[in-house]
Amino acid sequence: MWTYIIRRTLLLIPIFLIISVVVFSLIHMVPGDPIDSLLGPGSIASDRVELTKLYGLDKSLPVQYVVWMKNILNGDMGQSIIEKQPVLDMILYNTPFTLRLGLASLVISFVLGIFLGVISAAAKNTFIDYISMIIALLGVTVPAFWLGLILMLIFSVMLGWFPVSGSGSFQALVLPAITVGLGGAGLIARITRVSMLEMFNKDFVLLLYAKGLSKPAMIVKHIFRNALMPVITIIGLRLGWIMGGAVTIEIVFSRPGIGNMLLSALYRRDYPVVQASLLVLTMAVIIGAFIADILYAYADPRVRDLYK
Amino acid sequence: MSFLKVKDLQVEFRVDKKMIKPIEGVSFQMQKGEVLGMVGETGSGKSLTAHAIVGLSTLAGGVICGSIEFEGQDLLSLSEKEMQSIRGAQIAFIPQNPMTSLDPVYRVGDQIIEALRQHVKISKREAKLQVIEVMARLNIPNPERVFHQYPHQLSGGLKQRIVIAIGVCTNPKLLVADEPTTALDVTVQAQIMRLFKEMTVERGISLFLITHDLGVIAQVCDKVAVMYAGNMVEFGSIEALFKNPRHPYTKALLDCIPTIGMAKGSLSAIYGSVPSSGVYPSGCRYHPRCPYADEPCRKTMPPLLEVEVDNWVACYKYYGKK
Amino acid sequence: MGVIGTVLILCLVFVAIFAPLLEPYSYQSQNIEIMNSPPSLTHLLGTDDFGRDVFSRVIRGARISFVVGVLSVLISVVIGVIVGSIAGFYGGVVDIILTTIADLTWSMPAILIALLIVAVTGAGLESVVLAIGLSYWAQYARLIRGQILSLKSAVFIEATRSLGASDFVLLFKHLIPNSLSPVIVAATIGIGNAIVLEATLGFLGMGAQPPTPSWGAMMSNGTAYLFIAPWMIIFPGLAMMITVLGFNLFGDALIDVMDIKNKDSI
Repeated sequence: MWTYIIRRTLLLIPIFLIISVVVFSLIHMVPGDPIDSLLGPGSIASDRVELTKLYGLDKSLPVQYVVWMKNILNGDMGQSIIEKQPVLDMILYNTPFTLRLGLASLVISFVLGIFLGVISAAAKNTFIDYISMIIALLGVTVPAFWLGLILMLIFSVMLGWFPVSGSGSFQALVLPAITVGLGGAGLIARITRVSMLEMFNKDFVLLLYAKGLSKPAMIVKHIFRNALMPVITIIGLRLGWIMGGAVTIEIVFSRPGIGNMLLSALYRRDYPVVQASLLVLTMAVIIGAFIADILYAYADPRVRDLYK
Repeated sequence: MSFLKVKDLQVEFRVDKKMIKPIEGVSFQMQKGEVLGMVGETGSGKSLTAHAIVGLSTLAGGVICGSIEFEGQDLLSLSEKEMQSIRGAQIAFIPQNPMTSLDPVYRVGDQIIEALRQHVKISKREAKLQVIEVMARLNIPNPERVFHQYPHQLSGGLKQRIVIAIGVCTNPKLLVADEPTTALDVTVQAQIMRLFKEMTVERGISLFLITHDLGVIAQVCDKVAVMYAGNMVEFGSIEALFKNPRHPYTKALLDCIPTIGMAKGSLSAIYGSVPSSGVYPSGCRYHPRCPYADEPCRKTMPPLLEVEVDNWVACYKYYGKK
Repeated sequence: MGVIGTVLILCLVFVAIFAPLLEPYSYQSQNIEIMNSPPSLTHLLGTDDFGRDVFSRVIRGARISFVVGVLSVLISVVIGVIVGSIAGFYGGVVDIILTTIADLTWSMPAILIALLIVAVTGAGLESVVLAIGLSYWAQYARLIRGQILSLKSAVFIEATRSLGASDFVLLFKHLIPNSLSPVIVAATIGIGNAIVLEATLGFLGMGAQPPTPSWGAMMSNGTAYLFIAPWMIIFPGLAMMITVLGFNLFGDALIDVMDIKNKDSI
C-alpha cells in the first residue's frame, strides 16, 4: 500500500512542472500589457522602462519562467501588479473561502448523488427512479450560474431565507454550495445508478443469496461497496469539473475566493495573480485526483497489487 | 419420510413478453446421506432445478408450480424470510463459478465468517476459530494465512474450496452444488470430488450434485437424474443407469463417450441439436432426435414411469412393459 | 425517452433555422418605453432592459447555441479523434505522452481552459467556439483510443495489413470508421455540454458581444435586474434546459440503441 502511495506522490512532481510551464506560457500569450494599466496619463517613457524592469518583464520568457519558479519554491509568488500586494497574501486570504465552498459542495454532491443513485437503482423503473434521475439531470442541463441565480431568486429574494451574497456565515454558504453541489450530484447519481445496476448481475451476488442474506444486507455490505469503485475513479478525475462550477458561483454570489480573484485578475491583465491562481487551482485538481486514487487503492485490494 | 422430494416441478419465466417453461415435469426423491447427481447438457435445466430448490428462481421472477418437500416441509410455501433462514443453514448452495463467486473486496476468511454468523450466534473470535478448522478439514494449506487473503490472490482450486467452506461451515443437511468442478483443472477436479465424497461419508451431508460430466457422476453418485431440455427423462441408481440405460437420450449420451480402444473414426454424436430455451417441440421434447419416435411421442409429454424400484423413465417405449 | 429527445432536438433545429421567420419582433429593435416589462400578450416572455422582446431574442439565441454547440463539438471530435487514434494505434511512448496530456486536460474544469483561451484570443463568438472546442477534446481522444486498442488486434485488420495497406489507410479507412459509435454518442451529449459552457462564458462577458442575443449574454445582462425583471434570466435558462435535455435524452437513447457501455464519457 505504501509503495503505491509513494510512487503516486513522486509522479506529482513532474506533473507540477508541466502544469507550471503550460500555465506560464498561456498567460504570456494573452495580449495586452499590464504595465499599460499602471501607467496613468502623463507618464513618460522612462516610467514604463522602470516599471517593466521592476516587474522583471524585460527579461526573456524562459528566464522569467525560471525566476518565477525559483520564487515560488521559496514561497514568493510575486507581486500583484494591480493590487500592489504580494500575491501569496492574496491567495492565502482567498483560499479558505474557496476551500469551504469546495468542500461543502463536494459533500453535497457525494451525499446527494450517491443517495439518488442508490435509491434509483434499488427501485429501478419506479417513480422514485424517475424523480431522482430528473433531479440528477438538473445538474447537467443548466449552467451552474443560472441555477445559482434562480435559487437566489427563490430563496433569497422571495423567501428571504438566505443572504444574497457575502461570506461570513454558514447561511451565506448554503446557496452557493447547493448550486455547485447539484451539478456534481447529477454526475455522481448517474454513475452510481449504472454501477449499482451492473453489480446485481455479478456472479458473487448468487453466493450472497446462498448464504441466506437478506436483500438490504446484501446491498449495504457488498453491492454498495463494489459499486462504489467505478464511482470513485470517475469522481476523482472529475473533481476538477465539479469544482469548476465554484469559479463562476463565486461571482454570482459575490463571494471572495480564488475564482473571483482569478477572474478579476484576468480582466485586468494582472499576470502574477493569474499565474499563481491558475497554478493553485490546477494543482488542487491534480491533488484531488491523487487523493481519489489513493482512496480507490484502499477500497479495492486488486489495484494495490497491480503495480507490484 | 424422504429427505428431499420434488414432485412435478415446473418453472415459468416471462421473457420478452412471452411465457416460457424452461423446466417441466421434474420429479425425484433423495434419501438422507445420498449423493444424487443431475446430469444434462448446457441448457437442460439443471441449474434452474437447483435454483428452484434453494428459492432463487422466485427471486428472479419465476413462477413455480409443483412441490419441493424438504424433510416434510414444503419449501414453496415458505416466505422469503423463512427461506433465508434455511438457505445457508440447512440447505447450502454452491454456485457455478468459483472464480467470480467471491466478493473481491473482502478477505476470504471474513466471507466464510459472514456465512457462519448469519445463522449461528457466536462471537467473531469463536467464528474465526471454527472457520479455520473448516478450512483445514477441506485441505486448504496454511489456513491461517489464506484466511487473510483476498480472492484475487488465490488459485482456482483454492477459491472453490473457500466457496465450499462457505457452504459447509454451518453443517447443512443438504448441499446443492452447481457444476463445482467445471472451471477447474482435472487434477483439482479429482481432489474436490474426493472432498465431496468424504463429506458425505464422514459428516452425513446429503449432496445434490449438478454436472454435465458423466465421469464425475460415475465417481461419486449413488443415484442419477438425467435432464433433457427442461424435462427429467430418466432417474435411477448408478448401476442401473450405466449398465442398462433405458431412455433413448441416456443411451445416446453414454454412446457418445469415447473409450480407449475404440476404433478410429467411430465417434458418435446425437443427431440434431438441443432446443433453445422457450422453443420446445410438442409432446416429448426429445422426439425430433429420437430413433424410436412414434405418434404418442409427438403429441403429449410422456409421464415418468417407475420401471423398477426407484428407477423412473419418461418414455412411451416402456409404457406397456411394467 | 429517446423519442422525446429527438423531438426536442428537431424543434431546436427548426427554430434555429427559421428564427427570422418565427420571431414576432426583430431581436434588435429597442423600445425603451417598455423596457423591463413582464410577460404579456404582446411580449410573451417580457422585455429586457433595452425594451427588446425576450421571446424573439430567445429564438435567435437558439440559432447561436445550436451553431456554437455543433461547431465546437466538431472541433473537439476532430482533435480528439486524431490524438486518440495516434495514441491507440502507435502505442508506446507516443501513447503515454498523448494519454497523459489528454488525462490532464480531461480533469481540468472546462471553464478554466476555455477562459484562458478566450483571454488569449479575445472575446467574441469565434473565440468561444474555439475555446470550447479545445476544452472538451480529451474525452473523445480517450474513447477512440480505447476502441482502437481493442480493434487493433482484430482479424480483419491483420488481413488488410497483410494485403499491404499502409498505416494511414488502415487508420482512416478501417480503424477509425469502426470506432466511431461511442464517439458519436458522446458528441451528442457533448453538444449539450458545449451549449452550457457557451452560456457560462457569455455570462462572464467573454462570449458573443451585444446586441447578439446568445442565451449566456442575455442572462449576464439580466443579472443586474434579477430582482425586478427576472424573466430576462429565467427564460433563456429554461430554453437552454430544454435544449440540453433534448440532446442528453437523444444521446442516452443512442447508447441503448448502439448497446454501448461507456462510463468514461459521461
